[in-house]
Amino acid sequence: MKDITRRNFIKSTGTAGFAFWLGLSARGSTSKALDLATAKNFTPFILIESSGTITIYNTKPEMGQGTFQSFPALIAEELEVSLEQVTIRQSNGEKELGTLQRAGGSASIRTSYLAMRKVGASAREVLIQAASNKWKVNADNCYVESGKVINRVTKASFTYGELAEDASKLELPKEPKLKEAKDFKILGKSGKRPDIPLKTCGKAEFGIDVQVPGMVYATVERCPVIGGTLKSFDAGEALKVAGVEKVVEVERVVGKYHFTGIAVIANSYWAALQGRKKLKIVWDTKGFETFQSSAYEEHLRSLGKQDGITDKTIGSVEMVKVSPKDTIEAFYETPLIAHHALEPMNCVAQVKGDKLEIWTSTQVPSSVTGSTPNDLHAIVGFTPDNIKLNAKFIGGGFGRRLYMDYIIEAVNVAKHTDKPVKVIWSREDTTEQGPFRPMTFSQLKGGFSEEGKLISFQHKVISPSYFESMRPDYDKTKVDAIMVEGIGEQAYEIPNVKTSYVRADYHVPVAAWRSVTSSTVAFPHECFIDELAYKAKMEPFDFRMSMLNKPSDTKRVMQKLREVSGWDKKSPKGKGKGVAVWEFFAGLCAQVVEVTYRPDKTIKVDRVIAVIDLGEVVNPDNVRNQVEGAIIMALGAATKPGISLKNGQVVEHNFYDNPLVRINEAPGIEVHILAEGGKVKGVGEPGLPAFAPALANAIFAATGKRFRKMPFDLRVI
Amino acid sequence: MYNPTLFFEYYHLFKWESKNINLMINLNVNQKAYQIDADPNMPLLWVIRDIIGLTGTKYGCGVAQCGACVVHLNGEAVRSCVTKVSRAEGQKVTTIEGLSNNNDHPAQVAWNEENVPQCGYCHSGQIMSAAVLLRENPNPTDADIDSAMAGNICRCGTYLRIRKAIHLAAEIQKKEGASK
Repeated sequence: MKDITRRNFIKSTGTAGFAFWLGLSARGSTSKALDLATAKNFTPFILIESSGTITIYNTKPEMGQGTFQSFPALIAEELEVSLEQVTIRQSNGEKELGTLQRAGGSASIRTSYLAMRKVGASAREVLIQAASNKWKVNADNCYVESGKVINRVTKASFTYGELAEDASKLELPKEPKLKEAKDFKILGKSGKRPDIPLKTCGKAEFGIDVQVPGMVYATVERCPVIGGTLKSFDAGEALKVAGVEKVVEVERVVGKYHFTGIAVIANSYWAALQGRKKLKIVWDTKGFETFQSSAYEEHLRSLGKQDGITDKTIGSVEMVKVSPKDTIEAFYETPLIAHHALEPMNCVAQVKGDKLEIWTSTQVPSSVTGSTPNDLHAIVGFTPDNIKLNAKFIGGGFGRRLYMDYIIEAVNVAKHTDKPVKVIWSREDTTEQGPFRPMTFSQLKGGFSEEGKLISFQHKVISPSYFESMRPDYDKTKVDAIMVEGIGEQAYEIPNVKTSYVRADYHVPVAAWRSVTSSTVAFPHECFIDELAYKAKMEPFDFRMSMLNKPSDTKRVMQKLREVSGWDKKSPKGKGKGVAVWEFFAGLCAQVVEVTYRPDKTIKVDRVIAVIDLGEVVNPDNVRNQVEGAIIMALGAATKPGISLKNGQVVEHNFYDNPLVRINEAPGIEVHILAEGGKVKGVGEPGLPAFAPALANAIFAATGKRFRKMPFDLRVI
Repeated sequence: MYNPTLFFEYYHLFKWESKNINLMINLNVNQKAYQIDADPNMPLLWVIRDIIGLTGTKYGCGVAQCGACVVHLNGEAVRSCVTKVSRAEGQKVTTIEGLSNNNDHPAQVAWNEENVPQCGYCHSGQIMSAAVLLRENPNPTDADIDSAMAGNICRCGTYLRIRKAIHLAAEIQKKEGASK
């Protein structure tokens, strides 16, 4: 933990009096990722004004995962104030607040849990010190309650506001004392999220809602054949449309890809759309017009025969003696899919000379305002100090808003005018342009000993490479660590394991999609475990437990799941249940899915029981909301059509041909939280990967039909 | 029979449709009168959001598939993304901002009680749809709810909470009705 030696600075706020900024390193002791990113920053999270007003900054973008409450809760708990007493402000990538202003990887709470509590606790301790100095008593003779320091003996008190100035002159303690869990007033309780009331009456401002004086609107026509470049365009007719002001060429950068589009700028979004219809554009489709998804999938299947690059080995699958009759193999396929955040991509940008101002929904404020070579400034050509961000509530992230492509594009539009420009992506733009979650195929092989014990297990992933999509200098001789995540990390005790990766060339940008590759490799992995169980003539839950003898988080979670799901109660005829568990960087969750195989040969998903392992829980109801939502999202990914390309163009356009799950398809869901201490785990993503395999396993139990390809249509069994 | 007046009207309609000529249009939104200058073909959604400035009503798909844009036209739920503003002339439009004065329509109270929203983007439309359901069917079953709300997509997947909240809203509505 970096030394916390003194406060950052006192900031005078004019009529509000002196404000007391606490400068603290955000370096926590819970995770490597936090250490690497925050080496030397001081991070002021708390503003205490002499008037008594307390402001706490939430530096984790709010996209529905509840950080607007849960992140400040960590600070407020130790500061001994209720969240109702404070004003919570969303951060805007301000330098003083550090480089961790981003939400993704289920990392907000799990990497900052202790660090943020220490922020609150240090503040509490200097406030107590300031009061005890004034009373000339020992700090032990003081305690805090509801924003006041109270003298145990005389019962005199000072508010935090009255102490702010004095406290700001004291050195912050390096290792403040943290509260004990039994004394928690906020943490572990389902506190109300202050953003929810705004979201039920239309007051919450999302990026797409931003209105700036003098603002104009833009829509961009992008090459329908992904990978095509611009040859020429004729804006003559477009410019005649009422309201259209300008038509300009703009670049969008996503990962290593640079795409050119034609932006129509108008005085209303509607007018811009009408103008866009009148554009005459000639694209050079560069041979990509011959690309067909079906042929590409055949290509991936044939690549599956290659050995690829070995990622992880335990023992030796080559040396161990397994008879062919005790071996099974299977090939699994998952599709290209879109994120479909309901708020489409959008950004308002204004260029005034060398200054840039941005208003948008983004998961990565620190990348918008940051000064590393990968940050926005380097791509759009402004100095970091001249970039100002106004970060808004996010209408769905799911990984899509980790990328700044739509921001870059909007900035490039704004360069053509001094007015603020709002660029909005239509739902069609979203469906047709990506970036997408890459299709990921898996080859699995397992073998048993003579005695019937699983002694050999191989999982090979065949897919486009995420890192290759992100950077031009990707080393093709190395395994893409993201594409093989988790497949060599599950807790099963198997003496010989080999995981490997076969990379496939691909020209379409790919992106992280909620739970990243776990959303495409847990399905084959955990379905195949079931296939192995049936081969061994063992009950699937028993089979898994037979490989979980040592104490592990997975074992603990599975034991709890077996109990709360009533797994051992046999399903009546026509019904089936399936189980799956998955652990990865974000966390650990196991699920049982129960289905009915109806007389009309369709499947109804009845109930899902999930156990999520957290270590520490900040807001239980919010955790349940997240796991419920992840399961619904997983249901869509498992059973709805993905994205396909024909003649280089995406075939699907909107929700009528790229549907999402609707309320009538939602099963009952029960979420059980394990928070028994230890490593703090994430919440946003872990509920997703285990669902599809548990569902497929339940369908097999009910019907005898094994699905090895996502999506599988529940109406056609 | 050749009718010069009718010909004149049809000619102008054709002319407006193809040349996006603006008209002065009288609207009543949340009990307030507006006179706006817009293309009569502009969807009500964009008039509400960009011209009048009420951004609670959302754009999600533009093709009546997702329900984020649901408003009430004379109390009936319509998808404002495919409703031309000319259709709303002289009618009563209610948006989420006008559903109640204090975030206290039974659906809104229930939504807050049950912590329904995650990102919140779909919930203006969800609540506007739910409000009509609750008026038409004060005792909805789960099947009634699924049927009435199937046109509102929630990408975050808050469906179970929506069902629960609608049941709670029905109870709240009953109590409020009883106390009148």
